[in-house]
Amino acid sequence: MIYFLIFISAIFVNNIVLSQFLGICPFLGVSKKIDTALGMGAAVTFVLTLATIVTYLLQKLLVMWHVEFLQTILFILVIAAMVQCIEIVLKKISPSLYQALGVFLPLITTNCCLLGVSILVANGTYKLPGGMAPEGLLCGTIFAFATALGFTLALVLFAGIREQLSMNKIPQAMQGTPIALLTGGLLAMAFMGFSGVV
Amino acid sequence: MKTFTNGILKENPTFGLVLGMCPTLATTTSAVNGMSMGLATMFVLVCSNVVISLLKNVIPDKVRIPAFIVVIATFVSILQLLMQAYVPAIYATLGLFIPLIVVNCIVLGRAEAFACKNNIGLSALDGLGMGLGFTLSLTVIGAIRELLGTGCIFGYNLYSSQYGALIFVLAPGAFICLGYVMALVNKKIKG
Repeated sequence: MIYFLIFISAIFVNNIVLSQFLGICPFLGVSKKIDTALGMGAAVTFVLTLATIVTYLLQKLLVMWHVEFLQTILFILVIAAMVQCIEIVLKKISPSLYQALGVFLPLITTNCCLLGVSILVANGTYKLPGGMAPEGLLCGTIFAFATALGFTLALVLFAGIREQLSMNKIPQAMQGTPIALLTGGLLAMAFMGFSGVV
Repeated sequence: MKTFTNGILKENPTFGLVLGMCPTLATTTSAVNGMSMGLATMFVLVCSNVVISLLKNVIPDKVRIPAFIVVIATFVSILQLLMQAYVPAIYATLGLFIPLIVVNCIVLGRAEAFACKNNIGLSALDGLGMGLGFTLSLTVIGAIRELLGTGCIFGYNLYSSQYGALIFVLAPGAFICLGYVMALVNKKIKG
């Protein structure tokens, strides 16, 4: 039951893009078509879940050796290395999956939702429903997975709106990023309706 | 001089290059927060630009991006420790977004586009200009959101907070406010 609550909370109530402002760059950048949005979402889900597990375990080592201040450097290097490894492994094992995710993998390194979620989970400072104290690897992994699903959901919804938007006439000054931001604002407002669900 | 003003006006990181959107949206709940985030980013930008421009002949071309990231991450860690020691209140408010300066596209972008091709003086100026431009836009957006949301600017009360629209301090207000400011800037520049 608790895990289910974490799921709902991370996808809808505390949506990573629309209420935590992480991963805005891909949200604005690769949301012109639903297909690419789905691809990006899948790649993020895959890497985020794995990266969270690895960095959670590494944090235990950092604490053991009392070198917590190395966290930022270590995590970003681990994430960058992992993205490279996943790319190489996918290319060998599953060319079709690599075809689908390939373009998006290199972009993921600089996606702040990766580093952000890893740090949140490793420090145990992420928000859970009802002021519950987060603990354990399972809890963190489920949180990371659900967060990535929330990211995908926001990205796909937004891409759907933007596909429609591109057929409409928009004042010249508003074209491009401004109108995308306004649409994002409306979407964020809609997601505010979920607050208080869990 | 041109290098310096370039970042503030023509290639303003937020409005011109549209880089670093996450901190722009997340930390501008008030003018002070926006400004501190901008200054923190400026510190990292200047330091990493200087060091990368010093090391530009030493770093092999193939591994330059990881090398840049390590340099940037080092300065972010220094910044984290400094802020924890001297301004713990601001560090607590900005929270997660301080370590996330590492993945801020502006810092890596300037390292790649400017610092690895120019000398130290110019790189430092470029970092300073870009940082100031970023700080300026963050402060402006923070001030607008604070004014509309709570009726204050930099904590000074202008009108009663009961007339403020709380939505501007919350998440949707960030998107909407930035969208309109950006449209306004576009209109002014492109006519």
